Amino acid sequence: MSKFEPTIVAFFCNWCTYTAADLAGTSRLSYPPNIKIIRMMCSGMVDPKYVIKALLEGADGVIVSGCNPGDCHYINGNYKARRRIKLLKEILSRFGFEPERLRLTWIAASDGVLLAEIMQKMVEQIKALGPSQAKMKMVI
Amino acid sequence: MTTTAQMKVKDQDLLTALRDFAGKLLDKGDIGAILAPWCLPMKNMVMPTLLTDPDQLINIDPLSPAFPMNSAKVVSRLTRKPSGSKIAALLRPCEIRAFRELVKLKQGTVEDLVIIGIDCLGAFSNRDYINWAEKNVEAATEKFYTRVLAAKNTAADDVALAAACQSCEFPVAEGADISIGLFGVDTTSMLLLEARTDQGQTLLDKLAYPEAEAPASRTKAVKELVAERIAARDIMLTETRKATNSLEKLTGYLASCVNCYNCRVACPVCYCRECVFVTDVFDHDAITYMRWAEKKGAVKMPTDTVLYHITRMVHMSTACVGCGQCSNACPNDIPLLELFRSAAQGTQSAFGYEAGRSLDEKPPMSEFREEEFEDVVGLGS
Ligand code: SF4
Ligand code: SF4
Ligand code: FES
Repeated sequence: MSKFEPTIVAFFCNWCTYTAADLAGTSRLSYPPNIKIIRMMCSGMVDPKYVIKALLEGADGVIVSGCNPGDCHYINGNYKARRRIKLLKEILSRFGFEPERLRLTWIAASDGVLLAEIMQKMVEQIKALGPSQAKMKMVI
Repeated sequence: MTTTAQMKVKDQDLLTALRDFAGKLLDKGDIGAILAPWCLPMKNMVMPTLLTDPDQLINIDPLSPAFPMNSAKVVSRLTRKPSGSKIAALLRPCEIRAFRELVKLKQGTVEDLVIIGIDCLGAFSNRDYINWAEKNVEAATEKFYTRVLAAKNTAADDVALAAACQSCEFPVAEGADISIGLFGVDTTSMLLLEARTDQGQTLLDKLAYPEAEAPASRTKAVKELVAERIAARDIMLTETRKATNSLEKLTGYLASCVNCYNCRVACPVCYCRECVFVTDVFDHDAITYMRWAEKKGAVKMPTDTVLYHITRMVHMSTACVGCGQCSNACPNDIPLLELFRSAAQGTQSAFGYEAGRSLDEKPPMSEFREEEFEDVVGLGS
């Protein structure tokens, strides 16, 4: 059996986590290529539909990452994102999606090191879980 | 000042008593129109109807087991902009609770509205009602309420109440301005009127019904009924959870869905004026479908069925009042009430929210605090 390489869809806020990912890149900090980054203008712009769609299309995990509390460029987008993630987790867990498959973190623009660590850890956790149920069965 | 009053009833003729009450409302209550379930002249079908002519009140039918739609949507339409006069709406408790959710979403107002609620005897599913009404043309409603009041949940002619009603723990219209009590009341001779707001109080005073204490048996009767309903609800929710606790099971549950979106049209709290699922976002080109089919080998059409249902849960489950109109609307008999109430129970308890409980509690997705839900942040221990 070939080694399981998860696909993780990452919705990163342009002002912080995306910049941190850039920084990690230029600082030659490595993080696994399993993370597919989608740049958002704010974590508060991540429509729950995007998260559901990614998971139903077979993403093994989804991570939303924004600015630290108090630092959102749109004042409170990250607080709204946190409520949406709470809501999504509540619903998705009912249908067999493990909590590890949907994550929310705050990573500041200067935290390239933290970014690399978190991505590493997320990939490890998902590898331990195995492929998502959406990959194994047909979704209508 | 009256808080509770009684309305005399002769020989358990509840409809006559309620029609008299409606007549008094129009006559003495400074009310321009009454919105009430009304038996259509062409068929034994009961529909929410806006009435101004006192002579037409003879056909109001608020105890019928027909529940073709949740009238919260109608009340929203009637109150979104000023109508010019006060409207009294006779509503079921789940209609009142749904309407409150719409008011909080700025899709209705309470200023020119008086809500009259009646203890809810429950309803049949649309399909059951239509079959039953065909066989019961004469005195159908009388037959229904006599049976239900005598034996609580047991409805008539082996037709069971709709699943939503069997599991509804809100049979009393607590959100009304004036509520009309049946449970634990000797309905052979009286109906109980309770003013629940200042506006209800003022109105009840104008109608000048004789004061009366709520009978001692009422609290017990309501408590027992609620306990029975909660027990039924919990069994239903546990079974539904088990039946949908994986994506494979959920897709099986929804396999006969044809994406007609009737369920969201019928849902009183599906509040978007334009649903994203009927916009260009989901109107794909043929070439796109071909690409997906090539990639996956098989793509069920129309696509995005499960995405639709889970998205709907995300949008409205915190406002779901469990009225069951989604199940009523489904052409393929998918038990949607069970599924959506199950999701709603999870999301409402996650936010300490109860749909329709109060006009003052903000919908969970319309507010936030700086410090909360730390449990969903980070990668866990
Ligand atoms: S989801 Fe179904 S039960 Fe819930 S409010 Fe909408 S129509 Fe009523
Ligand atoms: S009413 Fe039934 S078939 Fe139509 S979209 Fe809803 S679940 Fe699907
Ligand atoms: S701008 Fe970064 S989370 Fe809002």
